[in-house]
Amino acid sequence: MTTNSITLTVNGDQVRRDVPARQHLIDFLRLDLGLMGSHVACEHGVCGACTVRLDGAIVRGCLVLAASLHGSTVETIEGVSDSGEIRDLQDAFIARNAAQCGYCTPGMLMTAADLLKSNATPTRAEIREHISGNYCRCTGYQAIVDAVETTAHKRRSSGPKP
Amino acid sequence: MKSPDFAYVRADTLDAAFRLKAQHGADARWLAGGQSLLAALAFRLSEPTALIDISRIDVLQGIAVNGSMVRIGAGTTHTTIGESDIIRRHVPLLADAVPHIAHTAIRNRGTIGGSLAFADPAAELPACCVALEATFVAASAKGERRISARDFFHGVYATALENDELLTAIEIPAAVAGDHHALIEITRRSGDYAMAGIAVALRRSDDKIDRVRLVFFALGDKPVVAHVAAGVLLGTDLVEDQIERAAKAVSADLDPPGDLNGGPEMKRHLAQVVLKRALLQILNNLMRMPA
Amino acid sequence: MNENIDPRALDRPNSYIGKSVPRPNLPKLVEGRGQFVDDVVLPRMVHVAFVRSPHAHAKINAINGAEALKIPGVLRIVTGRELAAICDPWVAVLVHLAGMKSAPQYPLPLERATWHGEAVAAVVAESRALAEDGIAKVDVDYDPLPAVADMETALAPTTPLIHAELGDNLCFQRTNESGDVTAAFKAAHKIVEATFHTGRHTGVTLEPRSILADYNKGSGKLVVHHSTQAPHMMQGVFAKHLRMPEGDVRVICVDVGGSYGIKVHVYPDEVATVAIAKLMGRPVKFIADRLESFGSDIHARDHRINGKMAVDAEGRITAIDIDDLTGIGPYSVYPRTSAVEGNQVINLVGGPYDFANYRAKTTVVLQNKTPTCQYRAVGHPIATTVTEGLVDLAAEALGMDPIAFRLKNLMRDDSYPRTSPAGMKFEGLSHIKSLGRLMDMIDYPLLRSEQDAMRAQGIYRGIGFAAFIELTNPSPFMYGIGGARISAQDGCTVRIDPDGSVVAATGVTEQGQGTEGIIRQIVAEAVGVPIHTVRVVTGDTQTTPYGGGTWACRGAGIGGEAALQAGIATRAAALRVASAMLQASAGTLDIVNGNIVDRATGAVRMPLAELTRIVYFRGDTLPPDLPRELMQTRHFITKEFPFAFTNGIQASWLEVDVETGLVKLLKHWVVEDCGRIINPQLVDEQVRGGVVQGIGGALYEHCAYSPEGQLLVGSMADYLVPMAAEMPDIEVGHIETPTRESLLGAKGAGEAGTAGAPAAIMNAINDALRPLKAQVLAQPFSPERILQALGKVPT
Repeated sequence: MTTNSITLTVNGDQVRRDVPARQHLIDFLRLDLGLMGSHVACEHGVCGACTVRLDGAIVRGCLVLAASLHGSTVETIEGVSDSGEIRDLQDAFIARNAAQCGYCTPGMLMTAADLLKSNATPTRAEIREHISGNYCRCTGYQAIVDAVETTAHKRRSSGPKP
Repeated sequence: MKSPDFAYVRADTLDAAFRLKAQHGADARWLAGGQSLLAALAFRLSEPTALIDISRIDVLQGIAVNGSMVRIGAGTTHTTIGESDIIRRHVPLLADAVPHIAHTAIRNRGTIGGSLAFADPAAELPACCVALEATFVAASAKGERRISARDFFHGVYATALENDELLTAIEIPAAVAGDHHALIEITRRSGDYAMAGIAVALRRSDDKIDRVRLVFFALGDKPVVAHVAAGVLLGTDLVEDQIERAAKAVSADLDPPGDLNGGPEMKRHLAQVVLKRALLQILNNLMRMPA
Repeated sequence: MNENIDPRALDRPNSYIGKSVPRPNLPKLVEGRGQFVDDVVLPRMVHVAFVRSPHAHAKINAINGAEALKIPGVLRIVTGRELAAICDPWVAVLVHLAGMKSAPQYPLPLERATWHGEAVAAVVAESRALAEDGIAKVDVDYDPLPAVADMETALAPTTPLIHAELGDNLCFQRTNESGDVTAAFKAAHKIVEATFHTGRHTGVTLEPRSILADYNKGSGKLVVHHSTQAPHMMQGVFAKHLRMPEGDVRVICVDVGGSYGIKVHVYPDEVATVAIAKLMGRPVKFIADRLESFGSDIHARDHRINGKMAVDAEGRITAIDIDDLTGIGPYSVYPRTSAVEGNQVINLVGGPYDFANYRAKTTVVLQNKTPTCQYRAVGHPIATTVTEGLVDLAAEALGMDPIAFRLKNLMRDDSYPRTSPAGMKFEGLSHIKSLGRLMDMIDYPLLRSEQDAMRAQGIYRGIGFAAFIELTNPSPFMYGIGGARISAQDGCTVRIDPDGSVVAATGVTEQGQGTEGIIRQIVAEAVGVPIHTVRVVTGDTQTTPYGGGTWACRGAGIGGEAALQAGIATRAAALRVASAMLQASAGTLDIVNGNIVDRATGAVRMPLAELTRIVYFRGDTLPPDLPRELMQTRHFITKEFPFAFTNGIQASWLEVDVETGLVKLLKHWVVEDCGRIINPQLVDEQVRGGVVQGIGGALYEHCAYSPEGQLLVGSMADYLVPMAAEMPDIEVGHIETPTRESLLGAKGAGEAGTAGAPAAIMNAINDALRPLKAQVLAQPFSPERILQALGKVPT
């Protein structure tokens, strides 16, 4: 088995590991770093459960090789939870019961947070479109759309006045 | 669904890439964004000896205008293309195509060169490039050559690239006055591969269509150029009757295989639908334009 | 029902029942800090992956693992014969389903592979990746055998037998008949007739099936971390088939990433994993990947139904006649069996309607495809699709509006208790009120005028309705009487700890429905403590009372009642101590918000935490004979009715693109009566999630097979699940008709959405297409099928 040595930043911590060349980012996070919040579900880039942030942009963790990430910055659900960056979005998910089994939730939150960074006033259709690559079998999506919409609204009304 | 074992090596320059390719042999594959390749490897559809990461080679990045030509580095991501003012202004068909490609997280990573070299017959960008009469720049240790998009696609996942060649750039003539385009696809869900799709580029002057390329995707083993239907349109103006005639003619251009979404007959029917919708969209835009 | 309990207890000052209280599980889940089985890592843990049959049917001549074993890190190749020595096979039949038969099934087959995707050998390795490397090198020598792929010809004399010892490919057949169907059809004013296909679906739980078995050879104890809905049932299964005492087996499931019925069955590869753990004496993990999930998770709903309905000149239904055929794969699935879905269909067809003559036959046949079994709303979406499809056809034949026809034929709300022609006992339903509530929600005349206006522009919109019943709170009549060791009873233990906080341990389980949330609400209210002081324990056979787990919508109705009774008993126990401490009769005291209060004035007499301090640490100060049992267990089982039926009605408003065959969902409405609502938000979200799962089956999902029995879907790009962009907003309304079988009055709510949605979608599509004289009756209602119905594409 071929391995590669990488040094990268994960949730603010610099980590150095030897990783199997074939290992994808999510297995690296889970097996090597014990970050179990990013979930493996389809492993072919369709379901979105493994969505994490790589150098500031969301990616499918199962379609990124860990070996390719020397020098990169990775943020996971654990990181954005600890930093408080998406606390309001998480609270909205709790209040609206926008998670049921919780398996899609970390990926869904990373994706929704990505939308809110670039679009402060998303319509419901825009929210649905942006999360349309994240599969949720439990909720039927409406509660998730509601929670994202509520968060956007709250951010606007509590943000700095123009 | 773990990939088979392989070596990972990264090239930071083209020279390094070619050197690594020579070193790792015919069964080594280029790794760009990996959005198709890594999924395919998860199914163990192939067993490369090594993946040569070309995603950090500077010369493969970026979008620039060179005279009447727009050059897109093969390693440019879909997201970058979708956000580019140059693309929006000079190659608007590509800008329209980007939102149809999968989902944000995929577009952030997937590259135009990767999509073209992977040559999925249901993908949007190959058809767009054929419609836009793009030229692909391929390079190897032996040097560089240019391949027209028309000649590039050979079949399902098969292209004109030699085993040691790397797609480095895509050159597309910038749109000029009188150029019109449309991209229409039918998908069951947002971001899915199309059941049927079309990329249209046409040039019109003095109320006549001077040139037109109608290129279907998901309707053959590669982008399918509809010559017969295009012939109906050439030299005429774009009016509804003519669109109808072109749609009727298109069957002669197609021999679509069926898939899980439906059989060849459905595909033929949808081909007419996307053709009409694309041309009507151009017609509607024309009518909205100031005289 | 316990006559000694004051029903007003449900409306106490710190009342939580009936309120939308957030679930306690969510804070950890939104931070990615749940614990799913794959998150559990044990010392010396190894991974197993399975070699799966590429053939629908084949003889296994030899399995050669020598090349695989050469890979460093590949530890062991295990075959069926090896496991058969330590694990007994099972035969999945229920004796109350007369004549049902199936063949013995082993963890890994001994001689033949009988479906494409069946596990035939196991590879144990240090990692999943290495195990897959091993699979690629295992050489299985197969002789392909003729496959039974088409259920329509499964019983034909020329069709090969899947299990020769069974004599034929018939698993089960039953006719459910009442009244005089033949006479009713003879006397009918109109007869409508149609053939429906409901497709073959699978659950696609986002967390795949997952199990981690840890056998300690020293202690003889087996601990299984399992993504399951029924830990106690699985404990019994592992114990029985691995020949161990039940007490030596512990099943733990902390978080479960979706189940929907998929995770309530015994899967051969999971039993194999446990057997291998016993064989090797070290922890063995199996996490199904998506590719193998499509061929090894149970499928469901593969039915063809011929249906006929007779109506009289006044527009009343007089008879229904159904012929149902379903193919279930090569084995009935253990222990629930694969005959239940067909049996449910013939028990539920016609369910909402008042008519007298009924005949329904189900024929359940074996075939060489992935086994089918119970999946969310078992049989309901099929029965509802047939019933509501026929209802719309009858209304059309009579020239009646579909709502007027339903109003005329639905069972009256004052006609209960009653028994349906199919023999189902209804305690109390609310079809008429529900339909009225739906009419308040949708503005039907406006939708019809919009439909007309759009049609004039060539835009085809339709509205479709589906009334339904749903079977919840099952008694032992569902499985127990058939001999299956599946508990219809459930229990709850409530304990007050020294700090006055409360722990409730329950046998019902949590897979996202909100089980722990509602148990917490019920117990907080029943004991009289603030909700944040209650912690709920589920999913551990060692620490929870024995119970059936969560399935068939029993969590709230059965588990909730047990929790309520245990909470009430615990409060009474605490008040008995308080009465001694405060020198007041227990009847004058109460517990509110964690304080012992004077019942009449509400004045706080003592914090509950003071009472517990005395009980646990200064018991010497209490009267010596005073009972101080601050931990109480109660069990609950329904007794009067075999099932608590719920009812409701759905409406779908959609647009069909007649050029592409695509369906755009514009809006969906549901009115549902699940009895007493414990948490309105959770009920609404169960309904919404259920509706979308039903929509999936209606529009997208299909386990497609080749005529040779090859499964054609192997990825989520092939098997299309509903995603956010195409789903509509869903409005949910309620009627509440509590069951009188329990103090709580709750029935189930988790399957109602799935039960009715496909029928509502189908009727809406056909309503849209009516002016074009087109109709679709086969799920999924794909663009191709719609275009074929429209004559735009040849069939």
